[in-house]
Amino acid sequence: MELRNDQRERNHFHWRLVTALGIVLLAMCVLLGRFFYLQVIQHELYQTRAEDNRIKPMPIPPSRGIITDRNGVELARNYSAYTLEITPSKVSNLDKAIDDLASVVEITPKDRRRFKKLLDESKNFESLPIKNRLTDEEVAKFAAQSFRFPGIEVKARLFRQYPGGESASHLIGYIGRINDADKKRIDEDETLKDNYKGTDHIGKFGIELQYEEALHGKTGFEMVEVDVGNRAVRSLRKVKAVSGNKLVLTIDAKLQQLAEAAFGDHRGALVAIDPSNGDVLALVSRPGFDPNLFVDGIDPISWRELNDSADRPLNNRAIQGTYAPGSTFKPFMALAALETGKRTAQFGFNDPGFFVFANHTWRDDKKGGHGWVDMKTSIVHSCDTYYYQLAMDMGIDNIARFMAPFGFGQKSGVDLPGEKKGVLPSPEWKAKAFRDPRQKKWFGGDTPNIGIGQGFNTYTPIQLAQAMAILSNNGLIFRPHLVKYIEDAASGKRNYVAPQPVGKIELKQSNVDFIKDSMVGVNVAGTGARAFANAGYVSGGKTGTAQVFSLKGEKYNASKVAAHLKDNAWFIAFAPADKPKIALALIVENVGFGAEFAAPIARRVLDYWMLGKLPAEPAPIETPANPYDASDPDTATPHPEQDQ
Amino acid sequence: MIQYLWQKLTHPLDKWLMLFLGLIFSVSLMTLYSASGGDLDKVFGKLASMAVAFTAMWLAAHLKPNQLMRIALPLYILGFILLLGVAIKGDTVNGAKRWLNIGITRIQPSELMKIAVPMTLAWFFQRFESHLNWRHFLAAALMIGAPAGLVVKQPDLGTGILISAAGFYVLFLAGLSWRVILPLILAGVIGGWFVSDEGRCTKVFRQFQCDRVQILIDPEIDPLGKGFHTIQGTTAVGSGGIIGKGWQKGTQSQLGFIPERTTDFIFAVYSEEFGLLGGLLLIVLYVCVIGRGMVIAAKASTLFGRLLAGAITMSFFTYAFVNMGMVSGILPVVGVPLPLISYGGTAMLAIMIGMGILMSIQGDRKLMKR
Repeated sequence: MELRNDQRERNHFHWRLVTALGIVLLAMCVLLGRFFYLQVIQHELYQTRAEDNRIKPMPIPPSRGIITDRNGVELARNYSAYTLEITPSKVSNLDKAIDDLASVVEITPKDRRRFKKLLDESKNFESLPIKNRLTDEEVAKFAAQSFRFPGIEVKARLFRQYPGGESASHLIGYIGRINDADKKRIDEDETLKDNYKGTDHIGKFGIELQYEEALHGKTGFEMVEVDVGNRAVRSLRKVKAVSGNKLVLTIDAKLQQLAEAAFGDHRGALVAIDPSNGDVLALVSRPGFDPNLFVDGIDPISWRELNDSADRPLNNRAIQGTYAPGSTFKPFMALAALETGKRTAQFGFNDPGFFVFANHTWRDDKKGGHGWVDMKTSIVHSCDTYYYQLAMDMGIDNIARFMAPFGFGQKSGVDLPGEKKGVLPSPEWKAKAFRDPRQKKWFGGDTPNIGIGQGFNTYTPIQLAQAMAILSNNGLIFRPHLVKYIEDAASGKRNYVAPQPVGKIELKQSNVDFIKDSMVGVNVAGTGARAFANAGYVSGGKTGTAQVFSLKGEKYNASKVAAHLKDNAWFIAFAPADKPKIALALIVENVGFGAEFAAPIARRVLDYWMLGKLPAEPAPIETPANPYDASDPDTATPHPEQDQ
Repeated sequence: MIQYLWQKLTHPLDKWLMLFLGLIFSVSLMTLYSASGGDLDKVFGKLASMAVAFTAMWLAAHLKPNQLMRIALPLYILGFILLLGVAIKGDTVNGAKRWLNIGITRIQPSELMKIAVPMTLAWFFQRFESHLNWRHFLAAALMIGAPAGLVVKQPDLGTGILISAAGFYVLFLAGLSWRVILPLILAGVIGGWFVSDEGRCTKVFRQFQCDRVQILIDPEIDPLGKGFHTIQGTTAVGSGGIIGKGWQKGTQSQLGFIPERTTDFIFAVYSEEFGLLGGLLLIVLYVCVIGRGMVIAAKASTLFGRLLAGAITMSFFTYAFVNMGMVSGILPVVGVPLPLISYGGTAMLAIMIGMGILMSIQGDRKLMKR
C-alpha cells in the first residue's frame, strides 16, 4: 500500500516534470523566435539603427567665395581667426560665466551687448561668439584657464571681411549670422538643409544676399564614429567641402571710390553703366555704412544708430530711392515728341515764361521767359514752358506708352535684391493709386508737370542711368548687371553674365542723334557748360533740379525737416558722344541746383573713366549759404498757382 | 594516491553538470572580456568569484539531503526575520529598502529566500506527504506569499516574482490541482492587464515598477530615458544578425551604447557579437543544464529531493528566460542577471549553491544504489 502509493506519487511527479520541461522548451522556442524575428526578419532595421547610433556626419563648412571688382581688387574676402564661443545650454549662469571670463580676456560692453542680441535672436544655436579675433596672447591665456569655463571654447573660424569698408557697401552687402527666420527657411528647403549644416553665416544684403547660392559653396562631410557620449572615436570617410564660387563684378573699385568721395558729406546716389553691355561700373549710395559691423552680429547701439538715422544709410538709394527726375526727363520728352510726330526739331515759339491751362498758370523759372525757344534750346537751357505745352499736346497716355520701354517706372532687373519700381504716371496708375474717388481720375492739369519731370513721376537713379544708357546706345537695351562672371571654385570655369541685348526700341536714328547732340550742347553751352569746361572729350548731359515736397516715410525730426525740403540736384550724362562708353545718372539730395552740385560729380567720374584722371584732392562740394538767391533755369515750379 | 585524492575531492560532483557549467563559464569569460572593452581585471574578478562560487557548490554538494531538510525551516525563519528587519530598519539605496546592515557587512536577505523558500516547501511537503490536502497547499501559499510580499514592498518586484516562482514550482511539482493553477494563470493575465495601464498600475505599485512595464509596452516613449535600455538592447541583438559581428566587434557594445553591458545586459553584447547562432548555442547549453537537473529530480529518492531539485532547475530556467526576454524586449526590465554569465558575485553564488544542492541530491541517490 505504502509502496504503491509511492509509485503513483512518482508517476504523478514525472508527469508534472514533463509538463515543466514542455514549458521550458516552449519558452526557449519563444525566445529563439524572438531572436529570429530581431536578427533575421528585422535585422536590417536594427542594423541601420546601430549604424545611426555610431556614425555621425560632421559637416565641414566650405569657405565662402570671394568678391572682386572688374580688375581683381578684393571687395569681400575671408581670413582665419580665433573666436571665443559660448554654448549657452552648457552654461548654467551666463552672466556670471561672462564676468569670470572678463577676468581672463577683455570683454567690452559692446561684446556683451552683441552677445545678448545674438542670444535673443537665435535660441537654437549651439555656440555663439562672445569675442571675435582673439590675439595669440589671448588664446594662450584662455587655454591655460579653460578648465574653469565649461561650455566656453576657442574656435578657429573663417571670417568675412570687407576691405573697402564703407565703399560699395550697398552693392556688396554683407553676411550675418543665420537667425531663426533664416534657419526656418533653410530647413524647409530640402536642397539647402544639408548644405547649411555647419554654416552659421548667410548673405543678408546686396550681392552677398543675391548670389548666396553661388557664394556659399558645397558643405563637405566627415563620417565619424562616435561613442555613446557623442565623442568622436575615429574618422571613417571624408567628403571634402567645395569652396564657394568667386564673383567678379562689373564695378571698378577706383571709380566707385572716386564717385563716393565726390559726394562729400552729401546724401545721394549715382549709377554709371557701360551702355554697350549693361555693365554697372559704379553704384553709389550715400551715406554708406561699414558692412564689417554686421558680420558677427551688430551690437544694438550701432544698429540703432544706423537704422534710426534720418539719413537712412542702410537704404540703397541707387535702386530703392525714388525721386522726381526733374529736368533730366526733358530729353526723353523731346525724343518722344520727335518719334510721335508731335514736334519737329525746328519748331519753335516765343517763350512768355509761363503756361496757362484751364485757369491755372505754370511758370518757368526764368522770369520773362527764354525768348525764342526751339527743341535744342529747350534742352540746352532747360526751358519749362516748352515742356508744359509739349506734355499737353502729347497727352499722358502717349507719354506713358513711350517712356515705359526706357525703363521708367519699371524694375531695371539689376542683380540686387529690394529694387523699387517708382511711378510712371498714367490714368490707369492714378485710378489704382488713390483711394479718394475724386482723386482717382486723371485731370488735364496733372499733365504739364509730367513734362518737366515733376508731379507724380518718381524714378530710381538706376532707372535714369538705364534710360540714359538706352538712349546713348540708340535704343538697344541691356539688362544692367553687377556680376561680370562667376568663377567656378572647382574647375576655374568662368560663367559670364552674357551681355545679350534684351530688347531694342525702334527709334529713328536722326531723332536720336538730334537729342544726343542737344545734350552735348548742354555741356558745351548750356546748364552743364561750367562743370564741363575744358573737358578734353565730348560728352552729353542734362541737369535737373527737382523739388521735394513731402517727407513721406521719413521719421519726423524738426531740425532736419528744413534741410530735407531743399531741392534735389540731378545730372545725367554720357561720353564720349560718338561712341558712348559710359552713361550715368546721379542725384544729390536737398542741395539745390543740378548744375551747381550734381554736374561737378559727373565731371569727375567721366574724367576718370575717359582720361584716367584722378582728382588731386577730391574737394567736397560747397553748399552756398542761400542757394535760392541764385537763379537757376532748372528750378521748376511744380505747384500750379491759382491765377487770380 | 593522487587518483584517490582526486576521487575523494570530486566524488559528489556531477560530471554532466560540470561539463555544461564549464562551457557556460567559458562563454562568460569570453563575453565579459569583450563587454568590458578588453579589461582583464574584470575577467580576473569573474574568475575569482567563480572560484568562490565553485567552492560553495562543492561544499553544498557534500551535504546530505537529510541535513538540508534539517536546516530548511531554520533557514526560512532566519530569512523571514531578516526581511522583517529590512522592512523596519533597512538601508535605502536608490529609493529601495533592500539591504540590512548586520554590523560586519550589509546583506540582502531576499537572495537567501530564493533558496530558503523552495527548500522549506519541499521539506513541508515531504513532512505531510502521506495525507496532503488543500489546507497544506493553502499554508504553503502563505509561506510563499509572506516573504515575497515583503520583498515586493521593498520595492523589488523582480526578486519578489523570482521567490514566488521558486515556491510555486514546488507547489506545482507537488501536485497542486490544475483547478487551482489555471485560475492562477488567469489571475496573472488579468494582473498583467492591470499593470499595463499606468493609471491602474500606480494605485498598487511604485512608479518605477509601473514604468518598467510601460517601457515594455512602448519603448519609444522616451528613447533617452526609461526606454533606453530596451531600445539599445533590441538594437544590439537585432543588428547582430545570424552570425553576429564577431568577438569584440559589436559596435553597440564597444561604443558603450548598451547600458549595464557587463551585468544585466551582457546578453545584448553576446548576441550582437555572436548572432542568432550564438544565442542558439547558449540556449542549448542552458537547456542541457535544465535537462540534467530534471533527470536528477526525476531520479531523486525522496519527495524532498524531487521537489527541491525540480524547483531549483525551474528557477534556473526562470532566471535565464527572464533575462534574455528582457534584453530582447519581450519582458519588462526587472534587473535579473543572466545566470552564470553576468558580472557580479552574489547572484552566481546563489545559483552555484543551487547547483551544489542538485549534485547533493544526485549523490544521495548514488549512495543508496550502492
